[in-house]
Amino acid sequence: MTRADVRKTYKLYIGGAFPRSESGHSYVVEDAKGKFLANAALASRKDARDAVVAARGAFGGWSGRTAYNRGQVVYRIAELMEDRRPQFLEALSSSEGLTSRQATAALDAAVDRLVWYAGWADKLTQVVGNANPVAGPFFNLSTPEPTGVVAVLAPQQSSLLGLVSVVAPVIVTGNTCVVVSSFARPLPAVTFSEVLATSDVPGGVVNILTGDATTVGPWLASHMDVNAIDLVGLAGSPELAAELEVAAADNLKRVHRAPAAEPDWALEPELDAMTRYLETKTVWHPIGV
Amino acid sequence: MTTSADPRATFDYAPAPESRAIVDIKPSYGLFINGEFVDGHGKAFKTVNPASEEVLAEIAEADDNDVDLAVKAARRAHRGWSRMPGAERAKYLYRIARIIAERSRELAVLESIDNGKPIRESRDVDVPIVSAHFFYYAGWADKLKYAGYGEQSLGVAAQVIPWNFPLLMLAWKIAPALACGNTVVLKPAETTPLTALLFAEICQQADLPPGVVNIVTGAGGTGQALVGHPDVDKVAFTGSTEVGKAIARTVAGTDKRVTLELGGKAANIVFDDAPLDQAVEGIVNGIFFNQGHVCCAGSRLLVQESVADDVLHRLKRRMATLRVGDPLDKNTDIGAINSAEQLARIRELSAVGDAEGAERWSPPCDLPSHGYWFPPTIFTGVNQAHRIAREEIFGPVLSVLTFRTPAEAVQKANNSPYGLSAGVWTDKGSRILQIANQLRAGVVWANTFNKFDPTSPFGGYKESGYGREGGRHGLEAYLK
Repeated sequence: MTRADVRKTYKLYIGGAFPRSESGHSYVVEDAKGKFLANAALASRKDARDAVVAARGAFGGWSGRTAYNRGQVVYRIAELMEDRRPQFLEALSSSEGLTSRQATAALDAAVDRLVWYAGWADKLTQVVGNANPVAGPFFNLSTPEPTGVVAVLAPQQSSLLGLVSVVAPVIVTGNTCVVVSSFARPLPAVTFSEVLATSDVPGGVVNILTGDATTVGPWLASHMDVNAIDLVGLAGSPELAAELEVAAADNLKRVHRAPAAEPDWALEPELDAMTRYLETKTVWHPIGV
Repeated sequence: MTTSADPRATFDYAPAPESRAIVDIKPSYGLFINGEFVDGHGKAFKTVNPASEEVLAEIAEADDNDVDLAVKAARRAHRGWSRMPGAERAKYLYRIARIIAERSRELAVLESIDNGKPIRESRDVDVPIVSAHFFYYAGWADKLKYAGYGEQSLGVAAQVIPWNFPLLMLAWKIAPALACGNTVVLKPAETTPLTALLFAEICQQADLPPGVVNIVTGAGGTGQALVGHPDVDKVAFTGSTEVGKAIARTVAGTDKRVTLELGGKAANIVFDDAPLDQAVEGIVNGIFFNQGHVCCAGSRLLVQESVADDVLHRLKRRMATLRVGDPLDKNTDIGAINSAEQLARIRELSAVGDAEGAERWSPPCDLPSHGYWFPPTIFTGVNQAHRIAREEIFGPVLSVLTFRTPAEAVQKANNSPYGLSAGVWTDKGSRILQIANQLRAGVVWANTFNKFDPTSPFGGYKESGYGREGGRHGLEAYLK
């Protein structure tokens, strides 16, 4: 008799805990060939709001960490992903229908991307900050600071490399986030949340909701305690993306617009992947008075 | 108050009016499109001197078609301007900077007449920084590759500016845009169009290629037509948060790039170890500079409880020496409120302050019988729920709150949807750095206030908008 395996319940990740959706709803996740894979939690409006509360609660502590420490924590995520390679490869193969070789390439790139971003934590300030030579007796310094709570509608196609590519730049700079995973391919995101929970990322810094960005997205876009939103998960849906951008104007969220098509995540990111969620603070101080 | 204890008695200055003969205000002005002044096709409007209510000139209003012509002119000019070597573009901007300096007195007088701000400020702050801003960005035009934002211009920039610093906001918009190879269509505020139109003349004197700078005058409708025009690539706006949100909605779903510099409700935090006389000067400068028509004004004074009485006593004594009156008088500290509409808003919110139980105080002062005036005013006994602690009054009205601990100061300072600026007064350097780190604001002045410089980025957090103007950072908004 073959042993029946013990299957995992796929849950949301909010404030460092793994709740089911408070709504009690789940949805069927199929593999690339249409075969049943799992029931994933279907995030509700309340889940989204809970996640924003968790992200806001974590913001002060996370943004107050030293840059060196944030770099180490993000690097630690890469270490733990490496530890779970078989699980990620299986999730990638089934979710995205990748060959073993393609899945390996995607996973390698995702881990390497985290390492790349980890190194930025204590360098970005030097690259994008400035001492300003004002015409007067003042010390004048401009430095980047995190915007706050960022809502991230993660890419629909690239369920791990794309996910990591939109989450890492947000958190390495000191923001916290609420992420809505790929709707059809949520399982790599859930596994990623389990990595986060066992790494040194404080609860609430990354909150991951599985579900439909087209329904959860509007709640996040109109949430008055969210400071920025990445609409990349709505690539190819310009009308809905425009609606969310309109909603985001209610508290002047920083909006990263949805591209016409999902970007090629294999390319090295540009600095603005990080700087679009940064504010520049300029401090003036008199000299000699 | 006429007793010898009146501090004003020792400051009894004779009138020292700046001559307005240097300025030649025409009876009417057209739009500046493609290097020429042309008629507008909207309903012409009048601009008045807010200190006297005298009509200064009739101004053309650009209708949708006029805006379209201006955008087309800018689009045509973009081809040549963006391909011109940066070193050549730079020379035009240097010329403009120099002409502004040459005509600085004329610009300052005209600004004070049309806006109502004291000549001392237009002469010593606005106009010198305008010239410096063009000079600063001129030097970037051929050095963009070192700035880190690429070297390619965006195209046509639609720029809408407010009435509080008419020429300075024009400079903040036009100088970086042109340095990066963009062309612009700029709409000045309807109550303060005159220095922008004089600037158009300066562009002619500088032989700036036609269409690189276009100026369309009008009110909100003209601004909407400009911002919503399908062929603009970039929208830059300085003004109210309400209009900023409307613009963000207008451009949603387009490829237009946007920067918004909006309202504020800055906390000016005074700790018990601050040099109090210096702090009082900073408080006065923070809220009464430019009649408080300053988006980054220090409109919420947060004073540590242990020194609150002392600070208020000194502040009132200092306020009693402020001279309110003729903007062209070189001794005037506080000029005219820019418009009847703004005066009504200041009065309305101040009345709300009374109604909500805060205590109003103004020094005795004689206000002129004509024009729009509001005395320097403070409200004490204000709490965070009061509207005068939450809403931007945009006038010479200070709300005073107290705190006990640094943590409470930071919490109160950040308790606002705005995040443009803040001030910190303390003798302790480590505390300055700690508080400055914790304030959610784009500009923090420590032991100073309301300082501006072309090299120093300016802009807000949260609902104070996005993007930065000034410095290397200011180039980002105009490059792709």
